[in-house]
Amino acid sequence: MQVDTQELAERLSLFGCIQCGKCAGGCPVSMKTTLDVRFLIYEALIGQLPDPTHMEELWDCTCCFTCVERCPKDVKPAELIIGLRSLLVENGTIPKTVTDALQGIFRQGNPLGFAREQRADWADGLNIKAAQEGCELLYFVGCTPAYDLRVQPVSRALARTFQAAGLDYGTLGIEESCCGNEVRRVGEQGLFEMLVEEGKPLIESTHAKRMVTTSPHCMNTFKKEYGLSGVEVMHYTQLVAQLIADKNLEFSKKVEKKVTYHDPCFLGKQNHIFDEPRAILQSIPGVKFVEMDRSRERSLCCEGGGGRMWVEGTNMEERLAFQRVHQAADTGAQVLAVACPFCLLTLEDAVKVQKLDDRLQVMDIMELVNLAL
Amino acid sequence: MESQPRIGVYICHCGTNIAATVDVEAVREFASRLPGVVVARNYTYMCSEPGQGLIKQDCEEQGLKRVVVASCSPRMHEPTFQKAAQSGGVNPYRVEMANIREQCSWVHKDRTEATEKAKSLIASAVAKATWLEPLEKREVGVTPGAVVIGGGVAGLVAALDVADAGFPAYLVEQSDHLGGRVADLDRTFPEMEPVADWLPQLVERVQSHQKITVFLNSEVESVDGFVGNFKVKVSQLSASSDLKVGAIVIATGYDVFDPQRKPEFGYGHYPQIVTTLEMEKRLAEGDLTINGKMPKDIAFIKCVGSRDVQVGNPYCSRVCCMVSAKQARLLKEQLPDSRVSVFYIDVRTFGKRGEEFYDEARQAGVLYRRGNVSEIYKKGDRVALRVEDTFLRRTIEHEADLVVLAVGMQARDDVEDIAALLKLPRSADGFFLEAHPKLRPVDTAVDGVFLAGCCQGPKDIPDTIAQAKAAASSSLIPLLRGTVPVESATAIVDAELCAGCGMCVDVCPFGAPALDPLFGVSVVNAVLCKGCGTCAAICPSKAMRLQHFTPEQILAQVDALVW
Repeated sequence: MQVDTQELAERLSLFGCIQCGKCAGGCPVSMKTTLDVRFLIYEALIGQLPDPTHMEELWDCTCCFTCVERCPKDVKPAELIIGLRSLLVENGTIPKTVTDALQGIFRQGNPLGFAREQRADWADGLNIKAAQEGCELLYFVGCTPAYDLRVQPVSRALARTFQAAGLDYGTLGIEESCCGNEVRRVGEQGLFEMLVEEGKPLIESTHAKRMVTTSPHCMNTFKKEYGLSGVEVMHYTQLVAQLIADKNLEFSKKVEKKVTYHDPCFLGKQNHIFDEPRAILQSIPGVKFVEMDRSRERSLCCEGGGGRMWVEGTNMEERLAFQRVHQAADTGAQVLAVACPFCLLTLEDAVKVQKLDDRLQVMDIMELVNLAL
Repeated sequence: MESQPRIGVYICHCGTNIAATVDVEAVREFASRLPGVVVARNYTYMCSEPGQGLIKQDCEEQGLKRVVVASCSPRMHEPTFQKAAQSGGVNPYRVEMANIREQCSWVHKDRTEATEKAKSLIASAVAKATWLEPLEKREVGVTPGAVVIGGGVAGLVAALDVADAGFPAYLVEQSDHLGGRVADLDRTFPEMEPVADWLPQLVERVQSHQKITVFLNSEVESVDGFVGNFKVKVSQLSASSDLKVGAIVIATGYDVFDPQRKPEFGYGHYPQIVTTLEMEKRLAEGDLTINGKMPKDIAFIKCVGSRDVQVGNPYCSRVCCMVSAKQARLLKEQLPDSRVSVFYIDVRTFGKRGEEFYDEARQAGVLYRRGNVSEIYKKGDRVALRVEDTFLRRTIEHEADLVVLAVGMQARDDVEDIAALLKLPRSADGFFLEAHPKLRPVDTAVDGVFLAGCCQGPKDIPDTIAQAKAAASSSLIPLLRGTVPVESATAIVDAELCAGCGMCVDVCPFGAPALDPLFGVSVVNAVLCKGCGTCAAICPSKAMRLQHFTPEQILAQVDALVW
């Protein structure tokens, strides 16, 4: 297929690039695959970009945006990858697993292949108010926390916490649809725009002052790409840390565990939320908190973002999650705490494959909070 | 306005520049019939000797009171025609120009239309001239002496030059010692001369100079006055001194970039990571050990806090390439078995003997690798630099025992305080702004205030000293002349109309108006006023008038154009 490189370079303002390599140097997958985003920019600039249909490594990018965060010239390298993916989407040459996920979102509002009618099943017995009737706090659950059996306890723990703190909150129930964060990042701009068109008025119709999400991925797109008005978008770690600080949430039990924390890219690097998750962990009675060497801005990506939940990418033998769980285990921690459903799944999987499950347990922060309530 | 404006109008052909496009004779004929015009002439070159002679002659013989010259832009020849009119006895502020070259003949092709436009421009200039008032050219005396703010090399050199010229110099330094940041350096590139060989002597010369007064632990608290007559209040511990000087040199230097603002490098987490300034100290003290061992692998990272919009410093700090080459070479010489690698984006060696010095560093065995290091983390008891070697097209983990961050320069934290003292403008990079990047590199928007060294932007020691000497020379101009000319077309206040709202005080970029403490009305210091007119435009009660651009003059000019 033909790529109009001039148009790409202009639309994405690639001309500022000085080819310093900060992007590729910090790219978490650049040492394990052939993806070199710095060189891709160069090829685009000189008009010699190869046919992207043969660039399997384009699907290796996790959209962690380390390259975007660090570029000294404010070029957005990852956007070139997203731009090339969108050409592949238009061309109809994308991996089947990605097509399936996108079709699921189009038809049922989620990428996991479940029915829309089952979206609120996780909340059975919790008596959560319909946000459409009006509420102060809108809880946006997200697809994985709503359907995935491993992640559902996180959503339930959050709901329980909101109740314990006496908040006026509600959810969109089965009307809630995928936020589209990963949809845009795999290059399906059209579907993403459709999700925004439908989701934005639905969210705004609740007149909620605050919206809290389980996933940093949902928070990211609501905050930066939806143009929502009248509602403050936040991640649950921000809200829960505030509840604890204001003494609106008190713990009654001890959790005697040594805990380390993995910064999710969409929460940490991309939205600079580093302190709140740590504040929650450190306030849980009994928890002994330890840091990994690579933390905060230097955290290592789990490889679950940017559509990577639906496509393996090249060189699946050397998963970053494997490295990451060893780094966590090396601290002597019994629990690797996370604050993102994708991190929870990829890291837990890695713990099992690396046979660390007798030493290390992967838990969402909310699961630890729930134990202490 | 007098009953008889008596205006002479002179239309210049400018060779064919104007005459080829504008019918100068038709324009002359038109001008001669304008109200108040006594004589109208056209001539090949009005700026020539005979052209100027025409003006002088008419002024004398025909008793002209006002002169309008229709020619080029006033930027070039307004002073020429003012002088010609003055020699004929007409006040220079009663000369008005109509620009019928740049704004007419050069930009239009149609002769008829260009001629009509020239007529309009001249009618407008004549209308304004009718209302022009005479103003006095003024000069004021100068207080001999200069204050130099900052006791680094720039301040030391500037103070010495002022003092050596025979004027008192007052050197104000914030810290308890002179020498500034250069005092923290071991040796200087490219000659590798120890700083200890020359800086103490420079400081000693300043301290023992009879014409120099040094204020240590001191800060400038306030600055009043204007070129030739500044009042500078300096506070020193509990005491304070009021200094009266004719000029001020700013030599306040820079801040070193804090690498903790680049968290990906882990500076502060690992003892293996130091800045170039910390390395300088280690080199001076001969302490190169890390964790009790001599480093085998040493890596330099350039452009830390420079050329980086993420930290708001888009500029190049200009010294880090050479500092890195110097330290890398010294380390390689002292630890010949070590591997010394310099990671770079570009290598910039613009100064005299700079490129040769870079050559010498590589010849000494320093390895240059192209790639902007993205992250540093722990690897065993060493650290790993994650970087794409862009020539290899491969991302690598480069292990090192010692990492040197070549930190850049940035505007001082307190730069806004100093800027506010003097109403000095700053450029987008935060440093003080020079009056013109090429023609007036050490001048500022404030007359009599000059810039020296890194307060104006990053530079090395030779450039700093060159600029300090330039700033000292420029500050000597008013001191040696003994008088300074001041603008005549200044703002004046009608105290009857002034409500004392103070809006003029707030908007004036030069600090000229102030509210009279007794009467509560605005008073303009005519020496500070640059005649920009901002105050006159904002004054809600029309009490503020800018002379030479009064409402009557401007409205007459507009009326002539629109009617």
